[in-house]
Formats: sequence, C-alpha cells, structure tokens
Amino acid sequence: MNNELLNTLNSIVSNATPLVIASIGETLTERAGVTNLSLDGSIILSAMVGFVAALASGSALVGIIAAMIVGALVALIIAFAGITLRQDQVAVGFVLTLLAADLAQFLGQSYTRIPGPQILSSPLPVFSQLPVIGPVFFDQSIFAYLSYILIFGSWYWLFRTRPGLAHRAIGERPETAFARGTRVNVLRYVYTAVGGSLVGMAGAAYSLSVKAGWATPPNMAGDGWIALAIVIFGGWHPFRVALGAYLFAGLRVLATVIQRSPDVNIPVVLLNGVPWLLMIVTLLLVSSGSIERLMHVLPRPVQKWSRNFLRSDPPAALGTRFEPD
Amino acid sequence: MKNRSLALQIGLTVLPILLSLVITTLLILAVGSDPRAVFQNVWEGAFRDSRAFAGVVNFWIPLTLCSLGLIITFTAGLWNIGVEGQMAMGAVFASWAALSFRLPAPVLVPVEIVLAMIGGALWALLAGVLKTRLGVHEIFGGVALNALANVVSIYLISGPWQPPEGGSVRATPPFPTDALLPPLSDEFKVSLLALVIVGVVFLAVVLALRGTRWGLELKATGKNARSALLLGVPTERSALSAFIACGMLAGIAGSYRVLFTYGNLRPLVSGGIGFLGLLVVLLVANRALWAPVVAFVFAAILGGSARLKVAMQLDASLAGVLQGFLVLMALLTNGLRARLTPPAQADSRDETPHRSGETFQPITPPSQEIKAHE
Repeated sequence: MNNELLNTLNSIVSNATPLVIASIGETLTERAGVTNLSLDGSIILSAMVGFVAALASGSALVGIIAAMIVGALVALIIAFAGITLRQDQVAVGFVLTLLAADLAQFLGQSYTRIPGPQILSSPLPVFSQLPVIGPVFFDQSIFAYLSYILIFGSWYWLFRTRPGLAHRAIGERPETAFARGTRVNVLRYVYTAVGGSLVGMAGAAYSLSVKAGWATPPNMAGDGWIALAIVIFGGWHPFRVALGAYLFAGLRVLATVIQRSPDVNIPVVLLNGVPWLLMIVTLLLVSSGSIERLMHVLPRPVQKWSRNFLRSDPPAALGTRFEPD
Repeated sequence: MKNRSLALQIGLTVLPILLSLVITTLLILAVGSDPRAVFQNVWEGAFRDSRAFAGVVNFWIPLTLCSLGLIITFTAGLWNIGVEGQMAMGAVFASWAALSFRLPAPVLVPVEIVLAMIGGALWALLAGVLKTRLGVHEIFGGVALNALANVVSIYLISGPWQPPEGGSVRATPPFPTDALLPPLSDEFKVSLLALVIVGVVFLAVVLALRGTRWGLELKATGKNARSALLLGVPTERSALSAFIACGMLAGIAGSYRVLFTYGNLRPLVSGGIGFLGLLVVLLVANRALWAPVVAFVFAAILGGSARLKVAMQLDASLAGVLQGFLVLMALLTNGLRARLTPPAQADSRDETPHRSGETFQPITPPSQEIKAHE
C-alpha cells in the first residue's frame, strides 16, 4: 500500500474522531429517551472553554475536563427543563444551540487566533507496528484512542450488561422499566449528563487537536448537526454510528482530494455543500418510506439483508415525558 | 387567594427578564467590561437619533415577516428551521431580477418581490417534501438546506455574479437604483412599501389563523396529525401549504435585505434573522398578536449592539446572548408556572407553540400518511 493512501486514511480517522465521540455521546442520551438537540452549540462552547482552560492552566487534561463539564452542564439544562419542568426538549435544545454558540463567541472574543496547546498524535507502541491498521488507526491523538474505547465500551454497556439493559428500557418502555423498580427520571438525568460530557469532549477534540485553536466563526460550526444526523443514520447503535462517522469523514476528505486533482474543475465553494447533501441523502436512505420503496426495486435475495441494514428505528419513548404517579 | 395568584403571574412574567439581565450583566463583568456603559451603548445604538432608530426598524421588518411565517408552520406542528435558507433563497431570486432585468422601478420592484416569494417558497417546499414524502425530519432537512442556500449564494457571488473588476467573495456589484426600494427620507431610511407589506401580512396571518378553514386545518394538523387525518383533514397538503406560506414570507424578508438594507447580494445575507424569528415565536408562545412587539424588542437589542464593536471593542454576539437567555429563562419559568399554578389555570395557556408532549422522532414514519393518500 502506498504512503499517500495511508496518510489519507489516517487523516480520515483523525477527522472523524470528534464526530465519533459526539455521536456516541448523543446515542447514549437518546437511548435513555432524551433528545439533546443543542449539539452544535454545545460543541462550539466546550471547544472554546477547553481551549481557554488548557491555555490558562498549561495542561491539556484540564482543558478536556473543563470542556466535558460544559457539555454536561448544557445537557443538564435540557434534562431539567424537559424532565422536571415538563418543557419541550426540542425547543430548549434549539434555544441552547444558538445561545451556546453566541456565548462562546462573546466570552472567547479575546482568545481568537492565538497559538495555544495542541495535542499531537502519539503512536501506540506495538499496535502502530501492525501493517495498514497500525499507521491508520494507531498513529493518532489520545482522542482517537478514547473514541475506540467509547465505541466498544458503549456497545458492551448497552447490549451486554444489566444496567445497560435498564438504560435502553427507559428509552423504549419507561413504564415497564419503572414497574421493575428502575428510577426512570434519575437515570435519564444521569445519561443525559454523561452523553453531554462526551459532546463536550468532542469540542475539546476539535479545539485541542483536530482544528486546534479558537476562531470566530468557529471552525467546527455545523458539525454538531452532522453528528445528530449520524446518530439517526447509525440507528442508535454504537457500531453503526461509528461507521457513519467514518463514512462521513471519508467522503468529506475524498471531496477535497478530488478537488485538488488537476483535471477536475469544481469551484471550491460548491464543495462546502457536499457534507450537507450527504446529510440529506443519508437520512433519506434510512427513512422508513424510502426503504419500502427500495424494496420494490431490489431483487428478492438482497431485500431482507438491505432492510435490516438500513432500518433505523428511534427509541420508542424518545422525547416523551415520564411521570411516575 | 386571587391576589396572590395574580402577583405570582406578574412575578413569573418579570422573572425571566430580570434573570436574563442579571446573567448578561455578570457575563459582561466576566470579560472585564462595564455593564452600565454596555447597556447605555446598546440603548443609544437603538434610539439615539432617527438614523439609529431606522436601523432598528430595518431589522424589525424582516424579523417580523419571518416570525409571522414561523407562526404558520408552528401552528401546523412543524419546526421550520430552514427559514434562514428560505430567506437566503428569496434574496438570491430578488437579486437575479435586480441584476438582469432593465425595467422601470414600479414594474421591477413588484417583480423582484414576487420572485423572492417564489424562491423562498420553493426552498420551503423542498423541506416540506423531504418531510412529508421522504421521511427526513424538517429540522435536519432545514439545517442542510440552510447551508446549501448559503453555498448557492456564495457560489453566485464569487462566480457568475461577480463584479466586473474581478472576483471577490464579498458581494455582487451594487444594484441599479430602479431595482431598489426607495427610503422614506434621508433622515429616516426605512421603506414605506415594506412597512405596508408587514401590516398587510400581519392582518392576513392573524385572520387566516383565526377565521378560515385553512387555519383550522393547520391547527388540527399541528395538534394531532393522525386524528386530523381520520377526520378528513388533508394533513400532508396542510403541512406543505404551511411550509409554502412561511417560505413566501421569509422570501420577502430576504428580498428586503438585498433590495434595501444592503443594495446588493452578500454571503450570509439572512444574518441570523430567521433563527431569531424562531426565538421570537418561542417567546410569544405562538401568539401572532404579540409577535411584532417582541420582534421589536429583539430588533432593538440587535440594532443597538451593532455599536458595541466600535464604541467598546466588544463582540456584538452579546445581543444573541441576551436574547438567548431571555427565551431560555422564559421557557424555564413557563415550566415553573405550570408547577406552581393549579392545573385548570395552567392548562389554559399554550406553553410552547406546538403539541405538548409531542414525540420528537427524528424520523417520522410517513408510511401511514402516504398510504392514506394513495
């Protein structure tokens, strides 16, 4: 395999890392039945706070922790408004999307475009020596290694442990979970905060590693929405969500590679539209209506397989309230 | 007892305003600035003289148009986040007319506005079809279409419509005077035609939602689409018509930005006004009568903050911070109100402008609806 290809694959993985972390976080939140729509703003605000905290303390770890706290706090506002005050989660989430982004711009105004700490890639010993996989997956920053742990850890948690079963239950059948003695609303608070803290970590992954620094308008604006779409595309399953994030980052990198080649003449500005077209197309693919239509066209042997592959059902109780009376 | 609940109601109305002002003050202190000077600058930036006030009105016009449009879509239970892109498309269509047609002003201006309405409506219809026919939730379709509308406008500005002196990504050449809306006077630069349009739209929206079959069908669709469908309301057509109506109003708003505020097409021409409209509608809880009032307060904050950068080297995003906290605190106090007041009283208010307890399903299974139609 030539070096250029390996480098491209490596950059796809590093570009996908914040998307993976954020969308796994949102998956955990939505699996508990809560929608945190504020991702785009949350990521921006936690990126700013993470960068400034790391700059002020001289420690990247402090930056990461600060960013995670911010992400968790924003998520907790949504949980408080949605669960305790019975307000619409989407409305509160949308307001927080705008508010957090403006807050980041206002509070971070004196920290724009200044050099700061950056977490560089650190090859994992042994693993990075593996052929192909080594240079692609194990010559990355700490965030990428954390994201691998998150992908497998969240799958194991959700589908192989008892508390994970309760986690899914409060998102699917809260009444049943409650009848079995699960404290639905307490756990919803907990998983919203956990998911939010991962969204915050994704913000730090941008401002301390992938797109290091802070600027207005923020470099990562829009990616929160893409992470939300990836959760749907991924059918709320950690592996498929991660696959979605890598596919997305891959197509994005591919678009820039095509643009750079001399025989293609596409204006750079149009290229900025690619992620958004992709977003519409991916959501279209997994929507139940288009799956049904696809079934009429596809040959019978692949029908079942492709239906199972594309199916994406939200947690049954997503966005609903639960009143333990 | 009655006095106490009245005091509570007043307290709960004032509380979000107070809270958001206190938080904003603390934030201003946090960046090492003087809150009194900031608020004074914002006030002067909005009301210092007729010129400053005209600036506020020029934000108010597109903001009110968007808010009224969004009240229509919220009534139908739709989150039309795509309103930003619909504004941008309206601006693009109006700019196309302004740059290519050579007509006298009394003909050209109506042509531009009608084209802007068509542009906004088409972009909204796209989000609507994605939602009703193809199962893409309008929030995600809207966000993507917003970004695509910006890509289209930046492409046009830096490509086909670039100024003759060479490519720039800043703006198209200025439009000819015949293509622009005339200002009332040099002192008070506001378009009379636009004010008239806002007035007509306001009355039309209020009356349509209150007294027409269309308005009733929108409400039925918004409250409970399945029951509405069973009762014979064409919910899909109803939702699409709401998208189109909102898109037309957003299109006019977008055309105002290019035909009056700027005089040419620029990137990000909507300037966040569409999103601000969503905040206005959330704050007025979908009551059309209050929309122009709250839109005016928001426009004053927005217009006034433009001065902060020059006068105090402060980022104008403070406007968004104050507006955001206002709406957030209002939503939180709404919840508090419902908890503190007896159920009968609490239920009489519409808290949020859509179905309470609505399931947010990022993918709405449209299969039943489609089957019912076919």
